[in-house]
This record gives sequence, C-alpha cells and structure tokens, in this order.
Amino acid sequence: MADIALQRVTKKFGANTALRELDLDIKNGEFFVLLGQTGAGKTTTLRVIAGLEVPNSGKVMIDGQDATNWNAAERDVALVLQQYSLYPRMTVRGNLEFPLKSRTHNLTAAEIRERVDRVAETLQITRLLDRKVERLSGGEMQRVSIGRAIVRQPRVFLMDEPLSALDANLRDVLRVELKKLHSELGATFVFVTHDQVEAMSMGDKIGVLNRGKLVQVGTPSEIYARPLNTFVARSVGTPPMNLLDGTLAADTAILDAGRFALPLACRHGTDGARIRFGIRAEDVVLDEAGEAAGRVFDIENHGVIKILTLDVDGTQLHATVSAQTKVKIDETVRFTWKPEKVSSFDPATGRNLGLG
Amino acid sequence: MAGVRTPQEKWTNRVAIVAVFVALAIMLTPIYWIAATSFKPRNLATTIPPTVVFQPTVSPFVKLFTKRSQLRDQPTAEEYAAAPWWERMVFDGGEKVVRNGKTGEVRTSGYGDRFTNSLIISIISTILAVSMGTLTAYGFSRFKVAGEDDWLFFILSTRMLPPVVVAIPMFLMYRVVGLNDTHLGLIILYTAFNLSFAVWIMKGFIDEIPREYEEAALVDGYTRMQAFFKVVLPEALTGMAATAVFCFITAWNEYAFALIMTNRNAQTAPPYIPSQVGSGLPDWTVIAAGTLLFLIPVAIFTFLLRNHLLRGMSFGAIRK
Repeated sequence: MADIALQRVTKKFGANTALRELDLDIKNGEFFVLLGQTGAGKTTTLRVIAGLEVPNSGKVMIDGQDATNWNAAERDVALVLQQYSLYPRMTVRGNLEFPLKSRTHNLTAAEIRERVDRVAETLQITRLLDRKVERLSGGEMQRVSIGRAIVRQPRVFLMDEPLSALDANLRDVLRVELKKLHSELGATFVFVTHDQVEAMSMGDKIGVLNRGKLVQVGTPSEIYARPLNTFVARSVGTPPMNLLDGTLAADTAILDAGRFALPLACRHGTDGARIRFGIRAEDVVLDEAGEAAGRVFDIENHGVIKILTLDVDGTQLHATVSAQTKVKIDETVRFTWKPEKVSSFDPATGRNLGLG
Repeated sequence: MAGVRTPQEKWTNRVAIVAVFVALAIMLTPIYWIAATSFKPRNLATTIPPTVVFQPTVSPFVKLFTKRSQLRDQPTAEEYAAAPWWERMVFDGGEKVVRNGKTGEVRTSGYGDRFTNSLIISIISTILAVSMGTLTAYGFSRFKVAGEDDWLFFILSTRMLPPVVVAIPMFLMYRVVGLNDTHLGLIILYTAFNLSFAVWIMKGFIDEIPREYEEAALVDGYTRMQAFFKVVLPEALTGMAATAVFCFITAWNEYAFALIMTNRNAQTAPPYIPSQVGSGLPDWTVIAAGTLLFLIPVAIFTFLLRNHLLRGMSFGAIRK
C-alpha cells in the first residue's frame, strides 16, 4: 500500500515529448483513473510509475521515498495490460505462480500453492488453473492477469486499459469486480483509460491528461460538474457538454446562434464580453415557454432517456429528455436551460471563468 | 479434412497431389541414386542403362572405412586387441573384401575421423552462431544502440562477398597464428560465416515477440537476464531452431575453406570424399557410400527440429 507522487516529470521519446513537467499525487488506497486520448501520455505515466521508463527529468516518489532510480522489481508494483499480459506456453497456474517464484519473494512451494489457490477462488478461475493460456477467452485472460497482479500483494496496482479489448457485457462485469476488488484489498489502483464512462464509474479520482500535462484532477462529480476548461468539458460525459458562443448582456446570455437570450444565474465578465457557455445535455430543458427554439435533427433512444440533437441556426446541441417525451425529427421545439448549471468559459483560453 | 467438397475443389486437390508427387520424385531421385550406388558392386555402378535390380553388398562401406594400401603394415596382434569393437569389425570386414583371395594389409581409413571432425566443427559452430546471434539480435531489438542501422548493415555486409575471395588472406593469417588445420580454426571461421545470418534472422523473430512479456516479468520481480531466459527465450526457440538448421547445413556442407585450411588433423568430410576419387579409376560406389553417410546427420537434425521448423520457416510468424 503506498502513496505515489510524480514531481515535474518530463519524458521524451526522441523528438516527441510524452510528458511535460507532470505533477501527480495519488493517495494510498485511492482508485485513481488517468483519462485521456490516445497519445495523451497515460501509458507513459504508468510506465514511469512502474519503472519501465526512466524520466528525463523529475522525480517519482513512492511512500515519500525517491524511487526515480529504482528498477521495476524494487518498486513492488503490479501491472495489468490490455493484451499480451500473460506468459504464453504456461498454464494459468504457471502464470499465477510466476511472480511468486522470483527472487524477491522467499516462499515455499506450499505457500505459493496456497496463495495461488486463494486468488483463483477470489476471481473464480479455479477451474481454469491447469489450462494453457492460449486456450482462454479474452475475459478469462484478463481475469488471470488481474490474478497475477493480486497474487503478489504489491504496493500499487497499475492497469493499462485492462478492459478495452473486451466486449461490452464482459467489460461491465469486470468493471464491477475490479471495483469490489479494490474495496476489499484497500490497495492503491492507478487505472488508465480513454473511456470516460469507465473513468466516471470507477474512479475515486480522475486525472484528465492532455498532451503530457495533467489538465484537471478531481472526483468524478467535480470533473463532471465543474470542468476546469473546455477540453475537460468535452472529454467527460456522454454526450459531451454543449459549448455555445455568445455575449454577455445584463443577466442574460445572447447566443450567437439564433440570437436567443437565455437567463444566467451568475455572470463572469462585463456586458458585451464574449463568452463560451457550457451546458450539459440534461440541463437543457424542453419548454414551450422557452426562450430559444431549434429544429430536432436527430433522436437517439437510450431506453430510459432520449438524446436529442437540436439544430439552432446551424449550431448543434444535445438535450436529454425522458423517453416518454414525444418529439419528431424536423419538428421545431422551444427550449431553455437551467441557469444555475451554466458554465462560462473564456473563448480564447478555454478556461472556466467560474473557477477563478 | 471432413466436409463436402465441390467438384472444382476435388479437381484442384488432385492437381495438388500430382504436383507434390512430381516435386518429390525430382528431389528424391538423386538421393535414391546415391543410396543405390552405395550398395552396388563396383562393376555395376556405372553401367548404361543403370542397373536397377542387383544383389546389394556392403563392400563399398567397408572400403570407405578401410585403407587399402599394399605398403602399410597390418595391425599387430596387440593393436588389434586394443582397438575398439567397431575398428575390429572394419579390420575383419576389410580382410574379406580387400584380400579377396590375394595378400595385402588392412587399416582403418580416415573417413571416420573426418566425419567426427565434421560433426564437432558443425555442431559447435552452430551453437556459437545461434547463441551469439540471438543475444546480439536481442540487444538490437530491445535497446537503443547508437548507430543501430549502421551496425546492422555492417553485420550484413560481411555476407556481401563470396567467402572464397578472402580465402588466401585468411589462410595466411591462420598460418601466422597457428590455426591452420585445427578444429578451433574452422569453428571460428564457420561461426563468423553464420553469425551475420543468425543476427538478422533472429532479430526478425525477436522483434515479433511482444515486449510486454518481458516487461511483465521485470515488474514481477525478475532481472532483465532472468526475463530473457524465462520469457523471451522460450518464445524465440522456433526461430532459433530454424536458424540452427540453416547454420548447421552451411557449416556441414562447407567445402572450399575446409579444403584450403585443413589437411589431416581437422579435415572435415566434404574435402575428404572427393579425395577418394584418387588417381586411378574412381570407385563411385565408395564415394556414394561416403556421401550417403554424410547426408544422415543433416536429415536427423532437421527431423528432430521439424516441429519448430514448420512455424519457423515462415520467418517470424509467431502466433499471437
């Protein structure tokens, strides 16, 4: 069990800079999710923590100790990868035993056996123990990889998109299991994903990465409700936050699209200031007395809810309505938003003006 | 294969079978010829048309292993008693074949020793080339090596010249350092021939092995060396087997250097066999017998590694 901290870590690969002076603090026992697009530096961050990459500058601290120059074995971390994470040509038992047979552990054969059996039981893979790895399904493989990580009782679990290669149902099942495992073990988990649904549903904390820098760290609800900038606003949430350019006039927002004036709960800036207004789809309300109007461009039925795409003078925005709401494509509807839910962003820098 | 075949598939299948038989016939005929000749009496070896039905005889093999000189001494009674069983067998067999009623002496020929030399030199140089090649390839594949491409090109460039071109300078150099006619000399030479090949082939194979495997082992508390032996090597075995077969065949068949660099002590079988053609009328049955025996080790070696070869020959096609 350990705290992990990265301090001003920079990692370059030739001409590419993968991490730029990255600072990261992960508390003991946290389920920390690193969220970002491909190439954002998530995997590099994980590899730096694991000791598979040496940063060009900056420090890696584990439990307050400078671990920058420790090798992977000394760090006592476990790694679960998206694929290729099991040793081929070994049975499931062989894979689970493998980490315990290294020199860092001095375990007797009986102890190894006992630990492997216990882990297999936890993950319900006992019946697979004598099977060759090549003959497992994708889900079983990932279960075994997770088993190989927990059998060692490491200080930290590092997971690099462990569920991305699985089909949707299995992903949901394993997601729940991982969460449960985390609460049982009480260990520190660092989980890398590009899937914001996974991040929102699993993380105690989410760190949003963009181009090798940490953009925002916070609990899922903080990140969702108060994104630090437009990048985070667009990365988190399905559908992503609507961003609408407009001008400030008294206590209203005059949208560029359709020149509609919508109410604001609080204002950031002076009259006439250019603002990019952010509003979540569920905070856009269809209302016959609403100030704005738009044409229904598309309807996505999700069962409980419908996600409408509204076209307002060529600008599209999403609105969530209950599945019972009767709308038709090409129908013009009137809508408004919840004034207290509106975020204001600086159109030039993308910064959230409401967060100082 | 079960299942229903369309008429067209059946037809294609038949064509394929015929093609395989034709190919086999073309490839196996010379081998049959050698085998047949090596069991023929001398007077039937060169008949035209070839004799197909004959009473097989082992005398070519006995002749191969005996020295049929009228000038040499016969083994003394003590020598005969001290000789291992197979030499005695040769002596006895030789008595029968050579004397053939006449008088003369029998001694073992050099073929056995030459054959042993071939085995020692080929096996050791193959092991050296494959193991060094694998380690080098691993280094190039996994670590940043300054000037990597230049080094690899340099390694490859050692094969851009027919080896015989450097035979004379090599001969002179070997004479100075005393490696002429030594096993070590030929082992070094053949290892050097095969090394560049082994590095390139093995690099292809190792590049195909996902790094994730070793990295998992590193994280699991193993050193780089342990990870290499426990995780990378088992995956690379297929490639190593294929490389080993190629290296072994190259070393086993090498003729020119063996002829130039050796004469007695370390001579291998390839230059020895034609030396038996001699000055008089060549005895083709003896040469055929020598050649037939010479084919066997390669066949055994390839047979032992066949499971690896099937996958290995498709160069780096590792199942993922």
